[in-house]
Amino acid sequence: MGRYVVRRLLQMIPVFVGATLLIFLMVNVMGDPIAGLCGERECDPATAAQLRKEFGLDKPVWEQYLTYMGNVFTGDFGTAFNGQPVTELMGSAFPVTIRLTVVAIVFEIVIGITLGVLTGLRRGRPVDTTVLLVTLVVISVPTFVTGLLLQLLLGVEWGWVRPSVSSEARFDELILPGLVLASVSLAYVTRLTRTSIAENRRSDYVRTAVAKGLPRRRVITRHLMRNSLIPVVTFIGTDIGALMGGAIVTERIFNIHGVGYQLYQGILRQNTQTVVGFVTVLVLVFLLANLLVDLLYAVLDPRIRYV
Amino acid sequence: MSDPREPARAIAGTGMGGAMDLAASEAETLERAPGGPDGGAPTGKPRSLWSDAWHDLRRNPVFLVSALVILFLIFISLWPSAIASGSPLRCDLAKAQEGSQPGAPFGYDGQGCDVYTRTVYGARTSVAVGVCATLGVAVLGSVLGGLAGFFGGVWDSILSRITDIFFAIPVVLGGLVLLSVVTSSTIWPVIGFMVLLGWPQISRIARGAVITAKQNDYVQAARALGASNSRLLLRHIAPNAVAPVIVVATIALGTYIALEATLSYLGVGLKPPSVSWGIDISAASPYIRNAPHALLWPSGALAVTVLAFIMLGDAVRDALDPRLR
Repeated sequence: MGRYVVRRLLQMIPVFVGATLLIFLMVNVMGDPIAGLCGERECDPATAAQLRKEFGLDKPVWEQYLTYMGNVFTGDFGTAFNGQPVTELMGSAFPVTIRLTVVAIVFEIVIGITLGVLTGLRRGRPVDTTVLLVTLVVISVPTFVTGLLLQLLLGVEWGWVRPSVSSEARFDELILPGLVLASVSLAYVTRLTRTSIAENRRSDYVRTAVAKGLPRRRVITRHLMRNSLIPVVTFIGTDIGALMGGAIVTERIFNIHGVGYQLYQGILRQNTQTVVGFVTVLVLVFLLANLLVDLLYAVLDPRIRYV
Repeated sequence: MSDPREPARAIAGTGMGGAMDLAASEAETLERAPGGPDGGAPTGKPRSLWSDAWHDLRRNPVFLVSALVILFLIFISLWPSAIASGSPLRCDLAKAQEGSQPGAPFGYDGQGCDVYTRTVYGARTSVAVGVCATLGVAVLGSVLGGLAGFFGGVWDSILSRITDIFFAIPVVLGGLVLLSVVTSSTIWPVIGFMVLLGWPQISRIARGAVITAKQNDYVQAARALGASNSRLLLRHIAPNAVAPVIVVATIALGTYIALEATLSYLGVGLKPPSVSWGIDISAASPYIRNAPHALLWPSGALAVTVLAFIMLGDAVRDALDPRLR
């Protein structure tokens, strides 16, 4: 196990370097960051040269990348062009997005797994067909449409929730955005659970458990669910990274000042330090979540042995 | 597939708005499937995997409905004027936000453009983006993935690492960064971006399928008879590895259409004067209280289109996967 973890961590390094380098290059292609700094007017050439030197933009790209990564590993994500340290922006943005992600994952677990188990046990019945159809529709409607429609219905027309989220972004305000963010994954969790339950229901160990005379409830919770939820748990785990990166749309609809908002602003203002910094952290979160899921796999399924 | 983390990976997918993740996970089962095309053939004359699948599809109502919707979409993308007489760019501010009326069944949007005409013309962009992006991704992904799977070795390892890198970048984010500099209002930058970030998904599927097909006895036999690599790949492996690629590509087509709309909504995808559902939804969202129809019609069209492609992919997968028979 220990050796496996070390090997995986080593494998993560090239992926991390590659992904951040790719983003670094993309942001560089994005345009001249100095131009964005002077606003609408064109920069005075002398000022531009001065700024370029100050931010180290006169050096070749690879050197900029190395310097940047060196700084990142000492905890310095650089300064946004408005003078605020990027870490400060992160400190205010990440807690909000993490709360949003937590709400989304709770929805996935509670609603997704419940629906999945119910339909998996009733395969082919009307409940199953209905839920399957609904999940298909949810998957097909893009998140921004779902978000806008729910905002219109629940927030504006019926007034159940506030249509936009305050800057504090408390948990109770994040319920609707969390549901919107979770919607597509929720549908996948439902379908995945359903398939898994329906498949394992016919397995030998379930038949044995039933034959032993165990109550149905116990067969389902202890025997069937425990085995069927392994792929679901791994899906939810790997979804963490996707949710945090995908929150950009949801945060825009509900005006949440989280990671997506900061990134969007950073991109609009061509603020390279902010963009690269946030994406670097998101890539790290994604990679670590994947590693955790792989390790969790071994814990949940003792048949898998890592060497 | 002996590596225990592969299934988890395939499910993890790209986060490209979803459907592909599932497609990838479900295509895993398919990779093993086409090995025995005669599996479910009834007694009598044996049928190939394809004619068997076609036999199933013709009787599948889900397939028939989604195929009809898609044919209709293709028809109106080619000849939008057949059902919408006006021009999508002719707008009359005096009529802004007006509701349904004779001559304008869907009403007018915030700029006074006819929502019906714009919705009809929007199909062309969506279908064009979806089809071109899918073709590009499928060709690039299956060539790279197929060759890596066939030859193995160093290039295979490098390609696998490269796909890992692409999977670690959130797609919408990559789109925002890359497309924010583009000023062109054609569909090509968006398609180029989708191909650039989408090919690793297909390449992973194609690689797995080729590795599975490569181990079949008939491939070994052909190799023993002295068949060249190109003959092995084209005549023996490709026909048996193409099914999972087709399934994933069909479902991906739907998600590319959704992705284009999402990027346009964020303001970096297509730009006016292009006519796109994403642009219209984005433009209508501030007036959502006064003129919800301007938002609902393009949203509905978008949802039906994506749904049709995902359902088609679902039906094709069921038909090609002998395990479900």
